[in-house]
Amino acid sequence: MNRILELVLRSGARLAEPGEFTKRAFLGGRIDLARAEAVMDLISSGNEFARKTSAAQLEGAVSARIRELREKILYEIAFIESALDDPENYSLDGYTDKLMSVCQDLEKEMRSLLSHAEEGRILKDGIRTAIVGRPNVGKSSLLNHLAGEERAIVTDIAGTTRDTLSETVRVGGVLLHLTDTAGIRKTNDKVEQIGVDRAQKALDSADLILFVIDSSRALSSEDEEIAARIMNKMEEGKKCILLMNKTDLISGVKEEDVKTLFTSKGADCPPLLFCSLQTGEGTKELGDFISEMFHTGEIAQKNEIFISNLRHKGAVQEALDSICLVEDSINNGMSEDFFSIDLMNAYRVLGTILGEAVEDDLVEEIFSKFCMGK
Amino acid sequence: MEYHIDTQVCVIGAGHAGVEAALACSRLGLKTVIFTMNVDSIAMMPCNPHIGGSSKGHLVREIDALGGEMGKNIDKTFIQSKMLNVSKGPAVHSLRTQADKAEYSKEMRQVLEKQENLTIRQAEVTEILTEEGRVTGVRIHTGTVYRCVAAIICTGTYLNARCLVGESITETGPSGMQRSTGLKDSLNGIGIPLRRFKTGTPARMDGRSLDYSKMTIQEGDKVVVPFSYSTDPADVQIEQVPCFLTYTNEETHTIIRQNIDRSPIYAGIIEGTGPRYCPSIEDKVVKFAEKTRHQVFIEPEGRGTNEVYVDGMSSSMPDDVQQRMYRTVPGLENCVIVKNAYAIEYDCINANLLKLTLETRDVEGLFCAGQFNGSSGYEEAAAQGLMAGINAAMKILGKEPLVLKRSEAYIGVLIDDLVTKDNREPYRMMTSRAEYRLLLRQDNADLRLRKYGYRVGLITQEQYDHVCAKEKMINDEIARLKSIRIGAARENQEYLRAHNSADLKTACSLAELMCRPELGYEQVAGLDPDRKPLPKEVTEQVEINIRYEGYIARQKRQVEQFDKMENRKIPANIDYNDVGSLRLEARQKLKEFRPTSIGQASRLSGVTPADIAVLLIYMEKYKVQQKTEQAGKDTDND
Repeated sequence: MNRILELVLRSGARLAEPGEFTKRAFLGGRIDLARAEAVMDLISSGNEFARKTSAAQLEGAVSARIRELREKILYEIAFIESALDDPENYSLDGYTDKLMSVCQDLEKEMRSLLSHAEEGRILKDGIRTAIVGRPNVGKSSLLNHLAGEERAIVTDIAGTTRDTLSETVRVGGVLLHLTDTAGIRKTNDKVEQIGVDRAQKALDSADLILFVIDSSRALSSEDEEIAARIMNKMEEGKKCILLMNKTDLISGVKEEDVKTLFTSKGADCPPLLFCSLQTGEGTKELGDFISEMFHTGEIAQKNEIFISNLRHKGAVQEALDSICLVEDSINNGMSEDFFSIDLMNAYRVLGTILGEAVEDDLVEEIFSKFCMGK
Repeated sequence: MEYHIDTQVCVIGAGHAGVEAALACSRLGLKTVIFTMNVDSIAMMPCNPHIGGSSKGHLVREIDALGGEMGKNIDKTFIQSKMLNVSKGPAVHSLRTQADKAEYSKEMRQVLEKQENLTIRQAEVTEILTEEGRVTGVRIHTGTVYRCVAAIICTGTYLNARCLVGESITETGPSGMQRSTGLKDSLNGIGIPLRRFKTGTPARMDGRSLDYSKMTIQEGDKVVVPFSYSTDPADVQIEQVPCFLTYTNEETHTIIRQNIDRSPIYAGIIEGTGPRYCPSIEDKVVKFAEKTRHQVFIEPEGRGTNEVYVDGMSSSMPDDVQQRMYRTVPGLENCVIVKNAYAIEYDCINANLLKLTLETRDVEGLFCAGQFNGSSGYEEAAAQGLMAGINAAMKILGKEPLVLKRSEAYIGVLIDDLVTKDNREPYRMMTSRAEYRLLLRQDNADLRLRKYGYRVGLITQEQYDHVCAKEKMINDEIARLKSIRIGAARENQEYLRAHNSADLKTACSLAELMCRPELGYEQVAGLDPDRKPLPKEVTEQVEINIRYEGYIARQKRQVEQFDKMENRKIPANIDYNDVGSLRLEARQKLKEFRPTSIGQASRLSGVTPADIAVLLIYMEKYKVQQKTEQAGKDTDND
């Protein structure tokens, strides 16, 4: 495969730049702007939630909702305009009541879109972090340590079960959604098996895996099992940090052996840090390390996702404001020709989400997203 | 040896477009000849007898603000006047008048005859002469050549016209006038293709044969507002003539349905495309099948005639069907038809061939206006005639052309739509076509456009000073009303109660009080002892601007957005072949139209927002490239 690529490149082809195909698809009119942005989010997001959101957007979920809203608005505009131009055939009698109920529906839908955007944003901004390891290596201590030291606990995520515990904490300025998992090991105990399955799920949905190893004890087959699972995830592009805990005790395992867990299977060994959660030694380094990974873009490109969301959110907010202004106009007994001013505005700004209305600032947006290189 | 006469501008056609074009050019000091098939048909109104109406009234006001003639002429010759939609917002108020057709035409002819630099010539123009892509003159049917540097085609519905009444086809122009045939080959020869449109008109009847007791009388306004800013309102308070309203019924519709195969449109005899917005009664019956009746207005054609116009029932049915269908309408049972309803087909151009100045893109000095451009309506024609005349003059005088933006005038919307959009039927102005209509009101046309009329030279210093002073008075008065605080004192509350208005909870400005629906400038006078008397044209603006301030502000913001795109000018020398990723259709459209701004490009049919994005990206790169090249040169020079 690589050789073929090399060959075509040598014959004058060039590699597509990131997002180039998306840019072309958008500019070629095959996908709308919301979808194009979703692809860009997908490319740049190293984070599962963002991926899922982007994937839904890509399937056109957002586009379809926005399109629906626009169509409803357009119908009302068209009706008002027809009635103004052709009063003989289109009567506005009793129309304001009807428009009021349409506006209230629109308002409700847009408010719901916005509230979800808010939830999505919080989740999207954080890094889903799974703490894994065999039992009693200090996973819960790590969680408590991180949560306790940093008192800036943002939120508790509901759905905490007896086997996994989640906390949202800020480490080195970075938001982490920590999930403490049950120790992963082969088991015949049904209840424990559930815990193991859940731990696997946490692994599946994590962006960052903290693999905690008890440095005072020799490696076990359970460590091997966990390393294997992590390697699977690493192949999918997930990041892992190895945390050698209990450095305050006498070392029972060689660094080399830990590395071999991975290198023997042909994988690169993840970065390895030493700490003692008992004494607090090395925990600051852990925070710094995660923060650095984040800011160098290794974990997730926060800004890309954030802008796309902000733009969409801003547009929906403006459309909502306009619809509320229409309601005000109705309540103030204004005549129908005034309604279309704000209806038009709502229609237009929603159009900017789909790229169906091109505006100057939108152009800037397109530039920042798609105009890479040629 | 060819006989020739030297002039500067030739205007072909003396309808509503032609007269405005000719007057504009001659008033701007250019030697102008206006050609007409018949001098008795100057400014003739071959269809309805009204000037103005919804959105068309706006056009007349704008024509007047720019220095055109239509508003002044109708003020002199109207027989009824009405401000429409007064129950709605000020954006859709629209002045509509009934004209005395013969007087309107006679009056306009006199204006032309008195105009310096202007010659009227009865002749058929058969050829446009060009050299190297520039107009050099026109040839008339006798062979005589009028040499000129600009020609303005305003042939209306005369070009290769034919009139249809059922199976009967006559090769005449409107109202039995002689049609013009010579120009088609000449136009095709210089690369201007023609297409075929159609329109129609209802019957004219002898008013004595109608029973008005079965109809509802429609009177004009008690206090008439003139169209023209130059007309003294006192001069238009005249005795008016009423119109009458009646309706069609199921019997009418049955007769039409039974004979629909005899209508030339439905029988497929008519080739031209008709206007959807001005449908014949046949169209209405077919399209609005569920409607049990349609409005019919009986409108006088003038004071000096018994003829009445049957508005709402244009048709191209055969004579016998017309007779029967009209007679089913209450009040028309014994009607006597003076002129048949008929459909008319004519040659016109696709205005996409034109620049926004109304000059053809390919032939320099050739301008086009009016129904020849595919529009319909006297007002639309006059507006284009005026703009074509102004721009022909600006070109000859070496001055900047006048192109009005969609955000500035209905005229801007009209011309941009005609030139930029894909129009497949006669174009009629409508309020819904104007995106920013709250700013483009009929009451502020002078405030919007006098400055342009002044710049081109059709508005005098005195007229311009007047509008500047008016603007200042308006702004000062608004500021004053905003600064006056009204407290919740007892006498104020009593005053408000006396005016059916709620008590004040806290102090507010007079301007805020004026926003209450039940209050207005007049109603708050008692709370405003320092008020100085101001002209009505000023207080009217003050009131509108204060009452609708929020809406006006929001619309202005929309205009700002719009203007950003309009102000992104596309370099004239852009090579669209060089713009990657453009879809084929868009590339062709852009090459053909050569839009001047991104805004205009975005309105071309077949150009999608994505194409616009491509274009913007290209232009941005182009700009950067030029800057880099410039920087490179600068460094070299160092």
